[in-house]
Amino acid sequence: MDFSFLDQLWLARIPLLKGLGVSVSISLLSIVVGTVLGVFVGLALVYGLRPVKWIVRGYTDFIRGTPVLVLVLASYYVLSTIGIDLGPFQAGVLALAVFCSSHVGELVRGALQSIPKGQTEAAKAIGLTFAQTFAYVLGPQALRQALPAWVNTAAEMVKASTLLSIIGVSELLLRTQEVISRTFMSLEFYFFAGFLYFVINYGIERFGRYVERKTAVPS
Amino acid sequence: MTNLLEIRDLHKRYGTVEVLKGVDCSMRQGEVISIIGSSGSGKTTMLRCINMLEEFQGGTIAIDGQEIGYETAGGARRRKPEREIARQRALTGMAFQQFNLFPHMTAAANVMLGLVKVKKMSRDEAMVLAEKWLDRVGLLSRKDHYPGQLSGGQQQRVAIARAIAMNPKLMLFDEVTSALDPELVNEVLQVIKGLAEDGMSMLIVTHEMRFAYEVSSRVIFMNQGRIGEEGDPREMFLKPKTERLAEFLKTSTFN
Repeated sequence: MDFSFLDQLWLARIPLLKGLGVSVSISLLSIVVGTVLGVFVGLALVYGLRPVKWIVRGYTDFIRGTPVLVLVLASYYVLSTIGIDLGPFQAGVLALAVFCSSHVGELVRGALQSIPKGQTEAAKAIGLTFAQTFAYVLGPQALRQALPAWVNTAAEMVKASTLLSIIGVSELLLRTQEVISRTFMSLEFYFFAGFLYFVINYGIERFGRYVERKTAVPS
Repeated sequence: MTNLLEIRDLHKRYGTVEVLKGVDCSMRQGEVISIIGSSGSGKTTMLRCINMLEEFQGGTIAIDGQEIGYETAGGARRRKPEREIARQRALTGMAFQQFNLFPHMTAAANVMLGLVKVKKMSRDEAMVLAEKWLDRVGLLSRKDHYPGQLSGGQQQRVAIARAIAMNPKLMLFDEVTSALDPELVNEVLQVIKGLAEDGMSMLIVTHEMRFAYEVSSRVIFMNQGRIGEEGDPREMFLKPKTERLAEFLKTSTFN
């Protein structure tokens, strides 16, 4: 028995690919759901009535002050005690989406508040309604403003997806550990997994830069 | 005939600080009125009440007989619905000290936005008007430039084109040259002068005394939330009746 790393890698390709697929699904789902939720969180923080603001502010502060791992564990173990039985994948995605939403909420709030008041006033002065002002004046500026930080958040979600291995979701890290327990090639396979995460996040970052360039306002 | 603008006993408070303490003002179609006065006298606030960028607590403002912002029913004064206020804001056009162009849109798109979204014009119709007004302010060649690519004076001229293209009944100018380098002031004042010659009704809050003197049919001097003195620019500047105005004119440059 003298298999090289490449032989082992070839043998382990199916579970590793499945793990990669699960990792990508977790990340995508939590980013998409978290972003949609986060936009509402941000809007509530800026335009909500006072009681709404307080509640949402409490939500984001609480979530952002909690370690992601704790959110993942709570989502899996605590929710079941109150009768909400989620599988590990669903529970994990829920935890990450909630985490993502609080961060995106803050991004959206910051981006909207960074736009000078004069923009809203100028829009009002030509007779735009609030919805129109938001759609054509504030929204497009806030999107550009929030994009770089949002890309960072997306990359963070990919990294945070590894935490789901703790509750038994067969994502890339857990699959890698299983392969290592069979082959004892810990250094090689951890490096390989690390390389895959790097490729995903580097891709996200390049894509973000590309969109930034495409949407940049000439000056 | 009803006056174009009719302000009656206008009161405005920020918290407990009263900044407008009962302002009355009527304006006829085609008049050009400059509002002068030291900072904090309430001149900008008064202008901003006219298009409801500021709420006001007492008095009425009417444009062409139409009450702005509030309605009184059964003795109770109520803010009009937002949609109605948005529509009323389009009766006036406003140019700001800080230009406030939309930075993510070209000069032409800035002018077109209100035409398409508020006046519901087609993009082609809006483009024709945008080009006409950009040409009028001497910036047709810059129509595809973004605000960040224009000088302050050019930005302000686009902002004026954006407001005037909406065909307002009344133009409001809020210290439009205060943020400009001295050598850029003139190009903006020339544009405003041109509009005055066209017969555009305008309310101009300004620190440019020479300009106010030359362009206005009437001057209003604001003092501590009230109208301190008003009248013909020649009499106002050369023979001020009140001591406050005389003092104010002494400290302001008239060149």
